[in-house]
Amino acid sequence: MNWIRNAAIGLTVAICATTPSFSNEIGNAEDGEKLWKECKSCHAVGEGAKNRVGPHLNGIFGRRAGSEEGFKYSKGLARMGKDGLIWEFDLLDRYIENPKAFASDTRMSYRGLKDEQKRADLLAFLRRYSDNPGDIPEAAPTVAGTDHEVDPAILAIQGDPDYGEYLSSECTSCHQLTGDNDGIPGIIGWPAEDFVIAMHAYKDKFRPHPVMQMMAGRLSNDEIAALAAYFEVVEP
Amino acid sequence: MKINRRLFMGGAAAGAAATTLTAPMVHAAGHGKPKVVVVGGGAGGATAARYIAKDSKGEIEVTLVEPSRSYYTCFFSNLYMAGFRELGSIAHSYGKLASEYGINVVHDWAVGIDREARTVSLAGGATLNYDRLVLSPGIDFVDGAVEGWDVTHQNAMPHAYKAGSQSELLKAQVEAMPEGGTFAMVAPPNPFRCPPGPYERISMIANILSKKNPTAKIIIADPKEKFSKMALFQDGWSRHYDGMIDWIGGDFGGGNVSVNPHDMTVTIDGEETKVDVCNVIPAMKAGKICDMAGITEGNWAPVNPHTMQSRVDENIHVLGDASSQGDMPKSGFAANSQAKVAAMAVRSALTGSKLFPAKFTNTCWSLISDDDGVKVGASYEATDEKIAKVDGFISKVGEDGELRQATYEESVGWYAGITSDMFG
Repeated sequence: MNWIRNAAIGLTVAICATTPSFSNEIGNAEDGEKLWKECKSCHAVGEGAKNRVGPHLNGIFGRRAGSEEGFKYSKGLARMGKDGLIWEFDLLDRYIENPKAFASDTRMSYRGLKDEQKRADLLAFLRRYSDNPGDIPEAAPTVAGTDHEVDPAILAIQGDPDYGEYLSSECTSCHQLTGDNDGIPGIIGWPAEDFVIAMHAYKDKFRPHPVMQMMAGRLSNDEIAALAAYFEVVEP
Repeated sequence: MKINRRLFMGGAAAGAAATTLTAPMVHAAGHGKPKVVVVGGGAGGATAARYIAKDSKGEIEVTLVEPSRSYYTCFFSNLYMAGFRELGSIAHSYGKLASEYGINVVHDWAVGIDREARTVSLAGGATLNYDRLVLSPGIDFVDGAVEGWDVTHQNAMPHAYKAGSQSELLKAQVEAMPEGGTFAMVAPPNPFRCPPGPYERISMIANILSKKNPTAKIIIADPKEKFSKMALFQDGWSRHYDGMIDWIGGDFGGGNVSVNPHDMTVTIDGEETKVDVCNVIPAMKAGKICDMAGITEGNWAPVNPHTMQSRVDENIHVLGDASSQGDMPKSGFAANSQAKVAAMAVRSALTGSKLFPAKFTNTCWSLISDDDGVKVGASYEATDEKIAKVDGFISKVGEDGELRQATYEESVGWYAGITSDMFG
């Protein structure tokens, strides 16, 4: 019987070898795309992806840690990059398994993904945008979107950063102005639009956290814009 | 004249300081920078001092009076008892408030307030002038609240409701309990500091006993029929510490209690029990400086919800546990939230800065067992009558372990956040 199984495996390998995508080797990219939903409130990937709350992830495989121009990394990740850390599968796998264990001061407020298969799937999805970043699959640019739609009129409100500074004292009972993330995410230096989108996602009870639903629930559109304008320019 | 911080640091220099300072300060009233004195360096006072100093950008001279050089937060002191935190990790100093925010930090006791002259006298002999006074003294215990106990018995039967050496003592006593021994708690009546606090403490003590002394027993004598997060705690106790905890509520005689610190006995509704450790948490009242200032009604100091000003004297703001304000619980989070409203009101009164509508928030996290955290919270607004609850939430029984762990991790983040909001 053994030879039959071996032959079957050989056949699978042969099929893989003819597929240009690398994803089958490390996980299932289709399943990974579903997992990506949790990431995309902060990260963008795909055509035209820009840095948002987190850096864009086009070309993450092979990228030096902490090196994406224009993004403010934690000191720890920036240092790892200087020390020569290049993101490849094993390191990314360890990082997303437990981000804080990998880089204790990381600003990525993500609990980590314990399931090895799921990590492999997610990385398989991300790798589509790395091996050949210019070669974006046709159906993919949707992933650059955010997790919540906000009325463009609300996004267009220009916030008053001084008013935002006053309002921010309610936030800083929990969120540290240094941007440190010890179980509660840092919120400084976010692009204002991402801040507004996130707060409206709580206000509309689209994002589930009860404290944030309550806090955002009683902020007006102008107040959210003011907070976004203030926190965007706070330096650690 | 600027108060020289160093003069106040040592008790020996205090007499000299009094003579040097009192004369010029009388003349200083109405001249120069407006002066704010803050009494109490906890979640209310430290936050108020920091925000007034920070946001007035040097226009207001801020003096903070706090006897302790090392301040131990009450919040998270229960976690220390179970070994989830080191004592050093809940200790904070006032160095940054002095060096980065220019606050005069005076380590002394405030022992008198003259509301006419607007002065605070200190145990060391000095007198401080103020244009606005912020009182955030926390709690004191009501004399005679628990039959057989007064503060002279706090070594035999610790309260551990002001963190620091009392927390250390209670932890040491729990760890020294004989195998199968009995721990008793006398819980306080409402209102009191940190409504879930006694029950989180029970959880933490059960946690350490279940690991080191699993046949030990815990008895709680409670005058109340209900307590904060009751369903969450009771569910957690039955899941983690089944059979260890016996809660005797007010409807079963839990309020009819006396203790004997010499014999180490507790008598609940006529039934005497020999115990190994007894944690007595008596009924509470505003820190006694409020009484000395003559601004209390009953046990607490009533305030105007829009500004946290005393209802009796508009030059005094009262924060946190000591105040009676309406719907907010007495918690560190609440005091921190009230401090920001008061700081804004003080600045507006003294420098004409803009006054925005008061908003308040509170969240109380409690740990039930390893990685099993729960929370309750609400938002509030000021009405003319009281601080009124607007909206709230509470953890639910039956949440999965991952959510409970996230809630606990969130509380760790909150601790880092609020302590940097207090101490800079």
